[in-house]
Amino acid sequence: MPITVQIPTALRRHTSGVGSLTCAASNLGELFSVLDEKFPDLKPHLRDDQGQIRRFLNIYVNEEDIRFLGGQTYAFQEGDEVLLVPSIAGGSL
Amino acid sequence: MSDYELRCRECGRTWGNQPRSICDDCFSPLEVAYDYDALRASISREQIAQRSPNMWRYSQLLPLPRGYEPRLPVGFTPLLQAPRLAERLSGTTGAAAKNLYIKNDAVCLPTLSFKDRVVAVALAQAKEFGFDTVSCSSTGNLANAVAAHAAREGLKAWVFIPSDLEPAKILGTNVFGAKVVRIAGNYDQVNRLCSQIADEHRWGFVNVNLRPYYAEGSKTVGFEIAEQLGWRLPDNVVCPMAGGSLIVKIKKAFDELVKLGLVEGKDVKFFGAQATGCSPISTAVKTGSSEIEPQKPTTIARSLAIGNPADGHYAIKTIKGSGGWSEDISDPEVIDSIKVLAETEGVFTETAGGVTVGTAGKLYRQDRLNPEETTVLCITGNGLKTTDVLTGVYETERAISPKLAEFENYLQQTLLRDAKTADIPGVAAEAAGVGA
Repeated sequence: MPITVQIPTALRRHTSGVGSLTCAASNLGELFSVLDEKFPDLKPHLRDDQGQIRRFLNIYVNEEDIRFLGGQTYAFQEGDEVLLVPSIAGGSL
Repeated sequence: MSDYELRCRECGRTWGNQPRSICDDCFSPLEVAYDYDALRASISREQIAQRSPNMWRYSQLLPLPRGYEPRLPVGFTPLLQAPRLAERLSGTTGAAAKNLYIKNDAVCLPTLSFKDRVVAVALAQAKEFGFDTVSCSSTGNLANAVAAHAAREGLKAWVFIPSDLEPAKILGTNVFGAKVVRIAGNYDQVNRLCSQIADEHRWGFVNVNLRPYYAEGSKTVGFEIAEQLGWRLPDNVVCPMAGGSLIVKIKKAFDELVKLGLVEGKDVKFFGAQATGCSPISTAVKTGSSEIEPQKPTTIARSLAIGNPADGHYAIKTIKGSGGWSEDISDPEVIDSIKVLAETEGVFTETAGGVTVGTAGKLYRQDRLNPEETTVLCITGNGLKTTDVLTGVYETERAISPKLAEFENYLQQTLLRDAKTADIPGVAAEAAGVGA
């Protein structure tokens, strides 16, 4: 299932400057596996020590937050465009 | 001016001063850190009291470039005792009714919302970093503030808003000469787009790459509350929540004042207010979750309509850690609450203020707020910007001719009608000329 994933500037130093990638993945878990393999340095920036998606990383599929589509259970459709976008918080605790 | 720098909240790495909001190492938010030891020796109540009545009196506790000279008297809005509102919300009378206060940012200059505070700080840094264009994603008030401050500072402004904003908030941005981009989507979609645009254009986005500095401006609400209470902290603060930053920054402000010896330490409880139609933070608090479940907003309180609040996680921590709570109210309750605040205290707030007042009433009824304790309600915006929600609430009275007799007749009819509405027989009889 070919989909495209866009990587934000903040993370491109972990992808040797690569800003987008077309790959075959049927869900988020598979997409992360592909990214882990292609860009090993990226892995700790996407998931925490427990393997959970980092709190400040938002994932969109065709402009919709993936959490509204079922999150990790969402089955990618052919041509889906996945965006990784940092959540901009400014907390103080 | 104090020394300050950006520091990652999660991993502690420092980043100096630059337009960025994220730690590249762990992707977590950056926060402005200060040298409190140096500050402690150089700050005092007396020194602050001698300065002009605006938010710049707390410059030492703000991230401002060396030698920065503010050009607008932002902030230092009234802290009003609100006994008539207290009576309405909690049934309290007498001395106890004087424990309720309104922090009235409906009259914050120059654009009548607390957003003037954050933009003032962000634009000071935008100029320092050499940006010629400033920008933001906004639910309206921020757009107004960015546009006005940019005009004053001679910067270009590009402002991104959801297309369905209140007309007054769009006009109130247009008038300052800003470029307004209406996005066919909700705020969360606008915000996501702005993150992408900030990646491509060298603009100063006040709530993206300037966000750590911007957010510090909110602390001045907390500094002012403490100073205006006579350099003491309240027992409770009720604060509206959209992105969740304000409530967190008021807490930071109180903590800093305690740390610097300007006020005595106190366990202040923080209460968050949301509209039920967009209540991701209050839902998390009420269900005991520490994480935000995003929502699709459906509420007239459009300035609070952020379904995926960036600082939601920290807002939850602030509320829970303080022993406070969060509640939400329906849209009809928002309208009623706008009217209650206006009728009792003469303050006309926008929908967000209605949310705060209505939520405070609910918290009193739940006994989560104690009328014997000092409580401050944060009113963050002005009702003249959201008059559309009151359309149809008041009927247009018929015009009468300019004759005294006609007015006397009109007066009798009005009193009679009002008495009937209120079901007061004695008054109705008097108005009808039957009684004494």
